[in-house]
Amino acid sequence: MSQQNTNESNARADSSPDPTDDEMLIQTDVSGSVSSSGGPSRRETVVSAENINVWYGDDQALQDITMDIPEKSVTAMVGPSGCGKSTFLRCINRMNDLIDSARVEGDLYLRGKNVYDDDVDPVALRRRVGMVFQKPNPFPKSIYENVTYGLKIQDKGGDYDEIVEESLKRAALWDEVKDQLDESGLDLSGGQQQRLCIARAIAPDPEVLLMDEPASALDPVATSQIEDLIEELAQDYTVVIVTHNMQQAARISDQTAVFLTGGELVEFDDTQKIFENPESQRVEDYITGKFG
Amino acid sequence: MSTDELETDLTRQTENSPRELLTRTFFFLCAALSIVTTISIVVLLVTEAAKFFTITAPLMGVTGETASLVDFLTGTTWQINSGEFGVLALVSATLMITIGSAVIAIPLGVATAIYLSEYASQRARSVLKPALEILAGVPTVVYGFFALIYITPALATVIPQIGTFNMLSASIVVGIMIIPMVASISEDAMSAVPDDLRQAGYGMGATKFDVATGIVVPAALSGIFSSFILALSRAIGETMAVTIAAGSRAQFLNPVNPASFLEGSLPMTAAMVQLLLGDITGGGLAYRSLFAIGLVLFVITLVMNVISDFVAQRYREEY
Repeated sequence: MSQQNTNESNARADSSPDPTDDEMLIQTDVSGSVSSSGGPSRRETVVSAENINVWYGDDQALQDITMDIPEKSVTAMVGPSGCGKSTFLRCINRMNDLIDSARVEGDLYLRGKNVYDDDVDPVALRRRVGMVFQKPNPFPKSIYENVTYGLKIQDKGGDYDEIVEESLKRAALWDEVKDQLDESGLDLSGGQQQRLCIARAIAPDPEVLLMDEPASALDPVATSQIEDLIEELAQDYTVVIVTHNMQQAARISDQTAVFLTGGELVEFDDTQKIFENPESQRVEDYITGKFG
Repeated sequence: MSTDELETDLTRQTENSPRELLTRTFFFLCAALSIVTTISIVVLLVTEAAKFFTITAPLMGVTGETASLVDFLTGTTWQINSGEFGVLALVSATLMITIGSAVIAIPLGVATAIYLSEYASQRARSVLKPALEILAGVPTVVYGFFALIYITPALATVIPQIGTFNMLSASIVVGIMIIPMVASISEDAMSAVPDDLRQAGYGMGATKFDVATGIVVPAALSGIFSSFILALSRAIGETMAVTIAAGSRAQFLNPVNPASFLEGSLPMTAAMVQLLLGDITGGGLAYRSLFAIGLVLFVITLVMNVISDFVAQRYREEY
């Protein structure tokens, strides 16, 4: 879309404020400044953060994060250690509630509902927003019980055998474990354990899947399997992934958010744009390895 | 550095210097002391007990009164004066104390451990943990009096036919006594469960209850079982409280019949105290029965410890 078109739609938006048009404007405005006020994609927004600030005690971990995460795509968050990217991820399913010293301010909407409203039950929220952690953490239970865990605690019915098979297939693990479903999840290799954790997270069919450096503890082969898997999962789920690996973000994500030291979201845009032609000099320096 | 100097420096033999040898010997002797003590006690128990039984006494060169091994192990009457040494009367009383105290201590101890490990705030923990330690530090004789003077009269208001000396009040007090042991060992096991697993649970939308009972307790099961067995070993070996509260009249009671708990009996440890306080003469049959009971007690606690080790090995999870 050219600059002229943008101006035209801008004018239209002024005369008759149409939210859809307005959103389109921001999302397609590639020539504008830092587009952190809106998502870079044309897809519908699932998670929308507005002025999120997080403190651990007196230390501010995130500063005024505002971003819209579009559905059924992979959104990567990159940045140096301690930049707050994992903290932001944990804001989405309120895992920061579990840390006594953490304090979150601002609004975060999941399909229009502010998850930080007083009436929101974090347990119910986490049932809609699945999470995969950095270190594979299967329960010391059988593979089958690991996958059905979410269904059991949510009292979800259904054919468990079928759901287990389906989830393990989607996690690209079924062929390797179909004959040992009763064996402990801890007997698997690291990469298999992580895929089991992914199967466990998707079994209750969440809307959003958060992944906190899911491949950083794995060897290259297992990493590439997980990456393929993430791209596939994005056809059905909204995937938000934190990674410190720039190549990984470039390979698998549709949008990339760059956090820099101090808990600041510096730039958020289509992955291609971030890696080829970022707006911010700091982002360019970071991506090309000049610092960070 | 000349070659000579290098030669001297490299061949100093630091590992075998007198100081190293001396300290090594000292530490070895300290470690050996406990082993030597244990072996001595076992040897003493076995040789003295052997003098008690008809079947083994000749081997020990003992003449005079002896008792039948079969009667000892299968008899249900313990009457020293009439020469009846049926240890089952004492074993049944010990078994009742063990069962009764387990019924009290296991649920309360595990619940306390879950609270401490999963629910308690820093502040609640800082109050509760010292309180438990104090509970563990109360002299057992005080527990005995507590049972006799408070628990039994309190029970009598509900169950009038209860005896002054009864197994129920002794079991309750031993149960209270071992709660800290169950709680603290179980809590250690639960605290050792990696936080990753709790995070995984919460991330799936589990409630605190789901995480505590569905993830932490199963993952800590081997440690929790160990705490039961160690605490029950303590209940079996407990002496002072049961001597005061359970009575002094040995009788065989059915341990699984609740009505038995209203009567008094004589657990193994209390029987040994009674023997020692009585005017038994060294070398007599009654004196030797002391060692026979001691040996049975030792074998029971040893078996419990072996089971505990086995359970810990078998159910240990490598996270």
